[in-house]
Amino acid sequence: MIKFVLMVNRQGQTRLSRYYQPVELSRRAALEADVVRCCLSRRKEQCSFVEYKDFKLVYRQYAALYIVVAVTDAENELSVFELVHNFVEVLDKYFSRIMFNLDRVHVILDEMIQNGHIVETNKSRILAPLTALDKMADS
Amino acid sequence: MSPSIPLQEMIRAIRSARTQCEERGVIQRECAAIRAQFRQTDSGARSHNLAKLLYVHMLGYPAHFGQMECVRMIASPRYSEKRVGYLGAMMLLDEKQDASLLITNSIKNDLSHSNQYVQSLALCTLACMGSAEMCRDLAPEIDRLLRASNSYIKKKAALCAVHIVRKVHDLGELFAPAARSLLVEKNHGVLHGAVVLITELCERSTETLERFRKIVPDLVQIMKGLVISGYSPEHDVAGISDPFLQVRILRLLRILGRNNETASDAMNDLLAQVATNTDSTKTVGNAVLYETVLTVLDIKSESGLRVLAVNILGRFLLNNDRNIRYIAMTSLQKIVCTDHNAVQRHRGTIVDCLKDQDASVKRRALELSLALVSASNIRTMMKELLLFLSSCPPELKAHAASGIFNAAERYAPSQRWHIDTILHVLTTAGGDVRDETVPNLIQLITNTSELHCYTVHKLYRALLTDISQQSLVQVACWCIGEYGDLLLKGECQETEAAQVTEDDALDALETVLQSHMSSPATRGFALTATMKLSTRITDNVDRIRSIVSIYGSCLDVELQQRAVEYNALFKKYDHMRAAVLERMPVIEKNSMGHINGESAGETVKEIQTATVKKAEPLLQQQPANQVCDLLDLLGGSEEPLQPSPLQGSTAPGLSINTTSTAGGDLLDLLGGLEPTPLAPVTVYEKDGVTLTLHCEKQSDSGLTVTLTASNSTDSDISGFTLQAAVPKSVQLHMKAPSGDSLPARGAAKVTQMVVLNNPNKVSLKMRIRVSYTRQGSAFQDTVQVDSFPAL
Repeated sequence: MIKFVLMVNRQGQTRLSRYYQPVELSRRAALEADVVRCCLSRRKEQCSFVEYKDFKLVYRQYAALYIVVAVTDAENELSVFELVHNFVEVLDKYFSRIMFNLDRVHVILDEMIQNGHIVETNKSRILAPLTALDKMADS
Repeated sequence: MSPSIPLQEMIRAIRSARTQCEERGVIQRECAAIRAQFRQTDSGARSHNLAKLLYVHMLGYPAHFGQMECVRMIASPRYSEKRVGYLGAMMLLDEKQDASLLITNSIKNDLSHSNQYVQSLALCTLACMGSAEMCRDLAPEIDRLLRASNSYIKKKAALCAVHIVRKVHDLGELFAPAARSLLVEKNHGVLHGAVVLITELCERSTETLERFRKIVPDLVQIMKGLVISGYSPEHDVAGISDPFLQVRILRLLRILGRNNETASDAMNDLLAQVATNTDSTKTVGNAVLYETVLTVLDIKSESGLRVLAVNILGRFLLNNDRNIRYIAMTSLQKIVCTDHNAVQRHRGTIVDCLKDQDASVKRRALELSLALVSASNIRTMMKELLLFLSSCPPELKAHAASGIFNAAERYAPSQRWHIDTILHVLTTAGGDVRDETVPNLIQLITNTSELHCYTVHKLYRALLTDISQQSLVQVACWCIGEYGDLLLKGECQETEAAQVTEDDALDALETVLQSHMSSPATRGFALTATMKLSTRITDNVDRIRSIVSIYGSCLDVELQQRAVEYNALFKKYDHMRAAVLERMPVIEKNSMGHINGESAGETVKEIQTATVKKAEPLLQQQPANQVCDLLDLLGGSEEPLQPSPLQGSTAPGLSINTTSTAGGDLLDLLGGLEPTPLAPVTVYEKDGVTLTLHCEKQSDSGLTVTLTASNSTDSDISGFTLQAAVPKSVQLHMKAPSGDSLPARGAAKVTQMVVLNNPNKVSLKMRIRVSYTRQGSAFQDTVQVDSFPAL
């Protein structure tokens, strides 16, 4: 299962974080900093999967943004790799028309991943409730 | 009170803060504003405030004052506020907080709300932070939603059920039938949720697993639909229909097929189909293939399928994408023990990966290469491994070195090759090898007597080039000391001989002694080597004498003790010097200091006991107290002999029992003691080795026991030793054995005499330990003799 999802910029500042397993607040900052340090220090030729403590990190870089997903050992890393890309594509599709809004990103993430497992990967289905929400907000 | 600013602006303000302090200031101002706003009962911007608070919380600042606000907002009728309220609940609350109890009611109401989005919010939150009581309360509700609602809700309900099952294991029974019925849905989201739920149920209890085995055909059907269906605009990623669902189903199939023949049979065709039909040019395809391979290797699949799976992994290894290479390595490592031959076929590619840029790929390649070494490919593999060792990252060096040693020990094609390999490793990575390498290597060298000349020349040359690698220097010093005469003779068949004079050799040793790079242990080796040379060379004995006396006042206590003892050897015991310092006998692996119960290699003790052998041909086997007794016979030792753990300079534990060199010729003094043949009793018979015992009464309390050993197998036995122990009041003296090798088929026997003195007339028992080497492996056994025929 997925343990947490992080979006960080190149300086290591967290832009988005979502935990699917309870981690204490006090330890979150240290954990995030450590994970980010691990991923940011890797060179281009190195692969996108890192073994970190007792779980695995899958990370992908998009311009200035790094998306890091931590998964347990049993997960298929390539599948999670694709999931990250799927997520970015969904964000792209949605936010191409609308200005970037953090709680909307949370909604999208909730539609895709719930409780550490994948719920939905179809773009239009993911965005359906959001477009409905937008319509409700406008009217 | 500063006006509240919208979320975006606050984010911008925080990001533009240049220092931590500034950021904290902005955040504190905002938090104060938010708190004030919360206190106001009616505010249109409540959701915005809570959103801002959540952002602040994400950055790591305390936000617990927002909890009650979350509860209030969840209860609000407006969707936008509910939305943010639930999000807040998921982020700020967990089951340990008291406020979470307050939202139970709201969740219950919202689960039956008319708007599906509200229902989904409630499901989401319950799945995220529902406590055990909440779960138990709401489980029937979730079950109802699983059966009768639209697909949007069903998929969320399925995942909520997963959480419930995790929290309250017993409720798994409740959801099993619903989960089964969900499998017929067309909607992929629901299918996915159902598969996850079934996976969770199967992992929790084995009986559920048994029951769910029946659905394997259904799953196979679904997979077939996905694989063959071709392009489907709805669920498509780069040409593959819903790879995520495929991966999930494959994983469930893996769990169901594990250890079960029938289930595995049902999946065989499907797996073969997926493996061959999936397009592997894109990463998605590879993801599905990877999962397929994992499944094939885990269930009881037929061999053709397994070979197909390993070939896919081999193809992965050649892929340009390093991610794929990495996972191929990881999987190959898991199966190298079980499908060894299949993996061997890809050995070439694996060895190439040793040169990969990525450190994790290198590590995997190293472990795989070490696992793939076998007798047939040892030479080529070793070449590659040694090349790798010279260029590998430092954290892998120790692992690589020890792996190489293990491989060399098991599969060395010849002694010379073995020694060469070890020397190569010591020169490249000497600092990272383990400590026991030095005694191991020394033991190996002594065993190959025909290569002594070659070895000592090679080591001498290595010593001249570099004295920083401690292990190498230690071995080199030891060899020069031991085989110095071969070095000085100047001729060698195996390698071109350097013309080494005595001064050169002594120079080399002195450099080691004086260099600040040498560790104290190394200097100990060098000093002892210098001393040994005193019997091997003719001209420069005075030079050695002076070196030794200089170190008599060295600051290092260890060196000082040795030097003083050696000095004494020159002065008072010069007549014994030659015998004491002569060639070491062949050491066996077993006798690494354990049998004698002393710490490895107590040099001076051994030397003293060797001199004892001069005085009396007595051999003792049990620990130090007996040694001390005998030493008193010498008229006291000249230095107080504390058991100093001299670092194996004479290599561990002189196996006193088997020295035939020192004590051998003197036993002729004993000449006439032939055992009178009384009825010999067989006391031990195992693996073709027979041990018989004759007893003869010599006097009132004295008894001579003769132990005879013979070998009836087809292979020779070497290094045969016997040790005996008797009750405390009985005195035991073991004489030297007639030999230590038992040729095959009883061609010759080994005899050993034991003299017992039983003054107190206690009941005589003897425990005998037998150790020998046969076909390269060591055996050890113990037998207890409780009755003696002569008594």
